[in-house]
Amino acid sequence: MKYLAKIDAKGLVKMHELLISLNRLAPGSMAKVVQLSAEGPTRRRLLDLGLVAGTLVESLRKSPSGDPTAYQIRGAVIALRSEEAAKILVEPAY
Amino acid sequence: MDFTVNSTESGAPNKDLLQPELFPGELVVALAGNPNTGKSTIFNALTGLRQHTGNWPGKTVSGARGRYMHRQKNFLLVDLPGTYSLLANSAEEEIARDFICFSRPAVTVVVTDATCLERNLNLVLQVLEITGQVVVCVNLMDEARRKKIHLDLPALSQLLGVPVVGTNARDGQGLSELKEAVYRVAFNLESLHPARVKYGPGLEQAAAELAAGFGASLKEQVNQRWLALRLLEGDSTILSSLQRHLGLPHPQIEALLELSSKVRQKGGSTFQDAVVSALVDRAEKIASRVVRLENMEQNRLDRKIDNVVTSRKWGFPIMLALLGLVFWITISGANYPSELLSAAFHFSEEKLTALFVRAGSPDWLHGALVSGLYKTLTWVIAVMLPPMAIFFPLFTLLEDLGYLPRVAFNLDNSFKKARAHGKQALTMCMGFGCNAAGVISCRIIDSPRERLIATITNNFVPCNGRFPLLIALSTIFIGKAAGALASLAAAGALLGSIMISFFITLLVSRVLSATALKGLPSSFTLELPPYRMPRVGRVLMRSIMDRTLFVLGRAVTVAAPAGLVIWFMANVTVDGASLLKHGAAFLEPLARLMGLDGFILMAFILGFPANELVIPILIMSYLSTGSMLELESLEDLRQLFLANGWTWLTAVCTMLFALNHFPCGTTLLTIRQETNSFKMTFLSFLVPTLTGIIICIIIAGTARLLGLA
Repeated sequence: MKYLAKIDAKGLVKMHELLISLNRLAPGSMAKVVQLSAEGPTRRRLLDLGLVAGTLVESLRKSPSGDPTAYQIRGAVIALRSEEAAKILVEPAY
Repeated sequence: MDFTVNSTESGAPNKDLLQPELFPGELVVALAGNPNTGKSTIFNALTGLRQHTGNWPGKTVSGARGRYMHRQKNFLLVDLPGTYSLLANSAEEEIARDFICFSRPAVTVVVTDATCLERNLNLVLQVLEITGQVVVCVNLMDEARRKKIHLDLPALSQLLGVPVVGTNARDGQGLSELKEAVYRVAFNLESLHPARVKYGPGLEQAAAELAAGFGASLKEQVNQRWLALRLLEGDSTILSSLQRHLGLPHPQIEALLELSSKVRQKGGSTFQDAVVSALVDRAEKIASRVVRLENMEQNRLDRKIDNVVTSRKWGFPIMLALLGLVFWITISGANYPSELLSAAFHFSEEKLTALFVRAGSPDWLHGALVSGLYKTLTWVIAVMLPPMAIFFPLFTLLEDLGYLPRVAFNLDNSFKKARAHGKQALTMCMGFGCNAAGVISCRIIDSPRERLIATITNNFVPCNGRFPLLIALSTIFIGKAAGALASLAAAGALLGSIMISFFITLLVSRVLSATALKGLPSSFTLELPPYRMPRVGRVLMRSIMDRTLFVLGRAVTVAAPAGLVIWFMANVTVDGASLLKHGAAFLEPLARLMGLDGFILMAFILGFPANELVIPILIMSYLSTGSMLELESLEDLRQLFLANGWTWLTAVCTMLFALNHFPCGTTLLTIRQETNSFKMTFLSFLVPTLTGIIICIIIAGTARLLGLA
C-alpha cells in the first residue's frame, strides 16, 4: 500500500489518502484511476480502454476461478487479469 | 464460424486490402468501428453479402469487400477490422489506420454502439484527425431505447462537425439515410467542419514544430498535424507505413526519425498520455452533452445475469449444462429426420438401380456411380444434415446472445495457467464449427506466441465434420448400453469428449509454452458485451443457410469424388485382396496397439481431405462387397461394427483418435497461410497426431492390462 500526501486546490495538505492497485479493489466497490505503472503496449491498451487519470472504475466480480476480474469502465464491462490490474493505481471511493 | 462466401477471401493476407480493384467511377467507402458494434451487420445489409456476425468482439478479422449502388453511383464498401483505437497497438489497428490514412477512401463510416457511445467516440475522434470525410453511424438504437438511453443525434452531429445517422441495422432501419449521408459526403454536398481535439499548448507547439520540418511531398500526402502527433507519441509503425505506402525514401525516414526524437526530448514520454487523455476527455465531454440516461442502472439486468452465469458457484455448472443441453437436443432431435432421409434415399436408390439395369449398363458403372458415389453422398447427407440443422442454430443462438465471451471469462484462468490467451476459448468455439475457421479466428489474439499456440491446438476441438462420428459412436455404443436414457448418455459421452479435448488443449498449450513456443502470457483484456436479444427467425435462417448448407455442400463436394475413389480402392484387387485391404494389413500392427484396427486407421488417413469421410470409408472397407450395405439405421451400423470385432474399447479409442489426429487438408492449408511457416504447419500436423497415438496406446494398453477388454 502506498500513502500519498496531496495538496488540494486550497493549499491544504490531505494526508493518508490510500492508494491501492486495482486488483486489490474489492468486488462491488468503486475507485478513481490515479496513474498507470504499465509501460509499452500494455500501457497503450489500458489507456485505450479509457483508463486515464480520473476515470471511475467499478469492480464487478471475479471469474469463478478467481481471475480475471470484470470491471465497469466508462460504460463497458472489461475483464482484466490481475497482472494488468496490478499496474493500475487507484484511489478507492467511499 | 465464418463459413460464408467471404471466408475464403478472409483467409488471404491483407496485402491487397489497401489497393482494392475498382470499377470505373466507383467510390471507396471504408467501414470502421469498435468491435461488436454491428459493423458486419451493416456491411451485410448494405451489400447483401453474408459476413459472419455474432455478439462477441473480433468476429470480423479481415477486410471483406462488397458493392452497392445509390443514386446511380457505385460504391465499394470495405469492412475494416474492428478496433477501439487507431494508435496501432495491434495488426488490426495498423490495417485500419493505414487504410483510412493512405488509401484515402472517399468516405469513412465510423459505426458506433448507441448503448456505449462515449467509449466509441474515442475512435471517431481519432478518425476525424485523419480525415474530415466521415459519416458517423450510431447503430443499435433499439438496444439503447430498451435501456432507456436517450441520444441527441443532431447535437452530436453539431459537435463532431460531420453527418450522424442513427441506425438499427438488424432491422434495416436507417440504412437508406446512411447511404444518402455517405453519398452527400462523397460528392461534397455537405459542409463539413470536423472536430479536432486540442492537446494543450505544449503538445500542439511540438507538433507544429515537427510538422514544419516535413518535406513538401509529405505535406501533400498526409495530414501533417496528425502525422506529427503520431511521431511525437513514439509510434514506430507509422514510419514503416510511410515507407510502404508512400514509397518514402530511406534517408527521409531517417531524417523524420531524428527530427521527431529531437522534439520528443522536450516532452519526454508524457506525449502519449497527453494524447490519450485529451481524446478521452473530449469523448466524455461530448457524451455528457449528447447522452441522457433515464435509468442510471442501465445494465442492471445484464449484471444480474452475469452474477449468475459467471459466479463461482454456478459459472461452470451452467456452462456444462448448456453445452450438454445443446448436444442432447441435437442427438435426440436428429434421430427421426435422419431415418426419414435414409429411407427416402434408399427408395430412390432402388429406382436408380432399376434404371441402370433397364439401360443395360455394365456392373462396374452401376457399382461406381450408385454403390460408390450415390451411397456415400446420401449417407453423408442423411447422417450429417439433421444434427447440423439443430446444432448450428442452437449454437448461433448462444453466440448472438453474447454468452461466448462469458465462457472466455470463466475459463481464462485455466488458459493463463497454461500460459495461453483467454481468447483461445473463443477460437475453440469457432473450431466447433470448422477448424479452418477456428484457425483464422486466432487473429483476435494479439500476441504472436499465444496466437500460434491457439492455432496449433485448435484441431483438438472437434469440428462439425467429426461430430457425426462422435455422435454416431456415442449413440450406438454408449447410448445403447444405457437403455432408456440412451440420448442422455450419448449427450454425456459427447460432453465428456469435449471436456477431454479441452483438457488436452490446455495441457498441450502448457507443454508448447515450455518448449517450442517458450514464454509468459502477454497482457489480456476482454470485453464482456451487453447481452442482446437474438432474433430467432434470423438466427434460424442464417445458421441454416450460411452454416449448415455451406458445410454440407463442402462435405458433399468432397464426399462425391472420394466415394468414387474409395469404391475403386475397395474393388480393385491385387494378389487376391483389395487395395484397401492391403493398406489396412500394413497399418494393422500399429492400429492394434492403439485399440483400433487397420481399417479404422486407414479410414482416418483416407479421410484427410475431410473428416466427414471417415465413417463412410470405414463402412465401405468393412463390407466385402466393396460398397455399403443397406444401412437404414444406426442399429445396422452397430451390427456391422460388432461383426467386425468392435468392442467398447474400439469405440472409445476411435472417438479419442477422432478428437486427436492430424487436421484436415483445408485446415492445414489455412494454417500455412496464416502462419506463413512450414515449420508451424508441420508442428500443427505432428502435435495432435502424436498426442492421439500416445493417448490411444495408453488407454488400450491399460484396458487390456486390467482385463477390461
